[in-house]
Amino acid sequence: MHRIGVFVCHCGTNIAATVDIDRVVAAAAKEPGVVHAEDYQYMCSEAGQLKVREAIKEKQLTGIVVCSCSPRMHENTFRQAAQRAGLNPYMVEIANIREHCSWIHKDIEEATEKAIILARAAIAKVMLNAPLTAGTSRVVKRALVIGGGIAGIQTALDIAEAGYKVDIVEKTPSIGGRMSQLDKTFPTLDCSACILTPKMVEAAAHENITIYTYSEVEKVTGFVGDFHVDIRKKARSVDMSKCTGCGVCQEKCPSKKAPNEFNRGLDKRSAIYTPFAQAIPNVPVIDREHCIKFKTGKCGICAKVCQAGAIDYEQKDEIITENYGAIVVATGFDTIKLDKYDEYAYNQSPDVITSLELERIMNAAGPTKGHLERMSDHKAPKSMVFIQCVGSRCADSRGKSYCSKICCMYTAKHAMLIRDKYPDVDVTVFYIDVRTPGKNFDEFYRRAVEEYGVHYIKGQVGKVAPQGDKLLVQGVDLLDNKRILMETDMVVLATAIEPNPDVRKIATMLTASIDTNNFLTESHAKLRPVESPTAGIFLSGVCQGPKDIPETVAQAGAAAVKVIGLLAKDHLVTNPCVAKSDTLLCNGCSSCEKVCPYGAISYEEREVNDHGIRETRRVAVVNSALCQGCGACTVACPSGAMDLQGFSNRQILAEVDAICR
Amino acid sequence: MQELITRAKELLADGTVSRVLGWKKGDMGWDPEPAYFEKEEELENFVYNPFCGANLSKYLIAAGKLEGTTLVFLKPCDTYSFNQLIKEHRVKREKTYIIGVGCHGTLKAEKVRDAGIKGIEDAVIDGDTLKVKTIYGAKEMPLMDALLERCKVCKGRTHVIYDELIGAEEGEEAGPVGLAGDRFAKVEELEAMSPKERFAFWQGELSKCIRCNACRNVCPACSCLKCVFDSNQFDSNQKANADTFEEQMFHIIRAFHVAGRCTDCGECSRVCPQGIPLQLLNRKFIKDINTFYGEYQAGADTESRAPLTDFTFEDVEPGIVGERGGGR
Repeated sequence: MHRIGVFVCHCGTNIAATVDIDRVVAAAAKEPGVVHAEDYQYMCSEAGQLKVREAIKEKQLTGIVVCSCSPRMHENTFRQAAQRAGLNPYMVEIANIREHCSWIHKDIEEATEKAIILARAAIAKVMLNAPLTAGTSRVVKRALVIGGGIAGIQTALDIAEAGYKVDIVEKTPSIGGRMSQLDKTFPTLDCSACILTPKMVEAAAHENITIYTYSEVEKVTGFVGDFHVDIRKKARSVDMSKCTGCGVCQEKCPSKKAPNEFNRGLDKRSAIYTPFAQAIPNVPVIDREHCIKFKTGKCGICAKVCQAGAIDYEQKDEIITENYGAIVVATGFDTIKLDKYDEYAYNQSPDVITSLELERIMNAAGPTKGHLERMSDHKAPKSMVFIQCVGSRCADSRGKSYCSKICCMYTAKHAMLIRDKYPDVDVTVFYIDVRTPGKNFDEFYRRAVEEYGVHYIKGQVGKVAPQGDKLLVQGVDLLDNKRILMETDMVVLATAIEPNPDVRKIATMLTASIDTNNFLTESHAKLRPVESPTAGIFLSGVCQGPKDIPETVAQAGAAAVKVIGLLAKDHLVTNPCVAKSDTLLCNGCSSCEKVCPYGAISYEEREVNDHGIRETRRVAVVNSALCQGCGACTVACPSGAMDLQGFSNRQILAEVDAICR
Repeated sequence: MQELITRAKELLADGTVSRVLGWKKGDMGWDPEPAYFEKEEELENFVYNPFCGANLSKYLIAAGKLEGTTLVFLKPCDTYSFNQLIKEHRVKREKTYIIGVGCHGTLKAEKVRDAGIKGIEDAVIDGDTLKVKTIYGAKEMPLMDALLERCKVCKGRTHVIYDELIGAEEGEEAGPVGLAGDRFAKVEELEAMSPKERFAFWQGELSKCIRCNACRNVCPACSCLKCVFDSNQFDSNQKANADTFEEQMFHIIRAFHVAGRCTDCGECSRVCPQGIPLQLLNRKFIKDINTFYGEYQAGADTESRAPLTDFTFEDVEPGIVGERGGGR
């Protein structure tokens, strides 16, 4: 005999302002099996939970329904309350009458009706709930960080310092990421390399950190506490244990026509190369696409000049398999492609560059050795125009709807540095708004304007047209309400940033969710900003949203703390809402095994007694430690043998029936 | 036919197989039925002619549980069903000896009778002509007018799995002379209808259903040990009795359950006593799968992953499926 209790929460006015609570309580009380129904202003508070506990004890409730916010918010709260009152925690159902109802409706009549229906569905479901018991699973005391930029390096260092092993997987030949391409950093103008390279060295030297560069994550299985990861270490064609990093091979390499990615394609590099002088590891790779030896079979000069005998043309990709308790995504960003922005003439004139390209030009190790010059004729510019928000805050589909956040500050930095070093260069900045919320940020921007005489013009540029050896800029000054037509020598585009394109693939492997802009979604925008909704996956740096270096480093540390908190546990409590196969119904067809993203289903030949028929059948078996309860198998199963505990087909149908009643 | 009997006798005699699964003469010349033959003399009743439409693949699920090897005769399209059952671990390849038999189309007996041919004893296909032996003498009719719907648009024309072939050559395309065309033509016709018209069409067809379960029982993809409609563990069977769910939903649920696994063998339409074009439901799924995930033929092999139980990064977004479905 069911004895169901229903508890309706006002959530202050969040629910009560749109839903007639009294009517919900009255309707719920009339449902068959319901023996108790009450409401309270804040059911999640201690006083509210006390009401739940007392009702369970006094009325000997066999199951409860809490009509409140999303189960993602407080399901656990009420499960614990039930457990304290002696009720199995899985006899609790949540009817979400806030996010699914009061917040999205305005009409009280409609919202109340819907709240009653949602309560009815939850009551129908809880009737079919069965007590479940959670098991435990192990925690592998090792973390994986995907991406070796400043975010990944900082996260890895913090985890390693706490005494846990951590591996960094970096796609390019060196760690360092975007920050290693930058010249100076705002708002203090210290040199990027001077603050980054010591951290790179520290990471490389740390006994708890293993770095896999020129490597990519290929496959991820398992779950929080026990992920199994295949890492593809791409063939470097150079033996890392022999190479001394002398650099002779790069000097002598006759193929010097490959675009230099590190310098954003502004110059060329050799086929055997390290991306930059301070690369870690300081071991070159052979770019097989551009190497003469790999293309024609002839050459082999690098092998001849290498004193250490480190060149290995036969080297093959290697797969490293490792187990991890936690995975941190720190895949960073790239600037968007400017193909859709013909009006800025980026593809027509080499003197129209992106800000990241300017970083390389300004950098002493860059293509111009730090001299500010035009890429077309190598002449020093006398005037420069900076255009803000290229592809950011964009209303149409060409660009991004969001603010890239870092551009206002780095543009002020560029303008200031140029005015400081080359006072004869006239600098103009076109902007929509100047956004400088950050410690010492506004002061920094004002210095650019007030002390360094940078012209800031509020307004957008409509067109940049190459004219002779000049660039004609057509813009508008919104404050003076006039059109502007000016000639300039160089145009710098503050190009929007977007998540590294690889993140989609990685997110799919990790079953971590991403938003429409390909940024990884955090578990809670305010309260769980560094955790992915997928347990055991953490977010560090720009992969989660645009941020500058100080914010990235802070978030990297926060992600590390969450990882440390997880790795410090000896075991984890598993979710008992897992799939289970009915041996007598199972056909052994393997449909479920094929759709299982966690590899939790296997098959065995099992002796069954099907109403007197004894035979050996091939049946599905679920490993409940691996199963995450996604339910994909239950849908694939043609015979209905596979069912999800806590979300059985019957329970879901009962909910549908209750809604349609 | 004699060649088949001789070979079957040989294989029974030398102990290669313990039984033969084929067709035996029925009460009438036009209704041969699937049968096991365990002794050489029983094979006198064996028959193989264009009336032998029944796909024998599904019987091999049960045969696989018997002692010894079973010899089975499979027409080209039947071999797809067998392959699919291998993929689903439902049949035992090692306990099956397959003789692939030639086929130039199978007949719908009613159509022959409708053409005024009575007293049917046997039939042979000669090019585009059907030659029927009757108790009143030899009769003829155009083959196309006598074929089952599925054979007019034959899609499984070569044997995809066999141990030996009789009456067919390796790689040779079987099937009737002069195919009538595209098997998706009728599906396209339905797609072009308004939802209201389409609903009326299916309402009209499905309301003929008497729930004899012939379609389910003959379907090689419907091989569950216990069908969801026969189990009290689900609410589907009670619902089927409660309202018009039965006529509307039984066939649609069945089509969903076999989606991606249906080889389009057409047995459902062949056996339906009410003449419901059930195959069209399955073909709609096949057509959509082909459109969204690339050409796929269930049972063409035993290894490949079916599009609906697999995913690739190139898969269309679910929204596109919705958009297309919703737009029509």
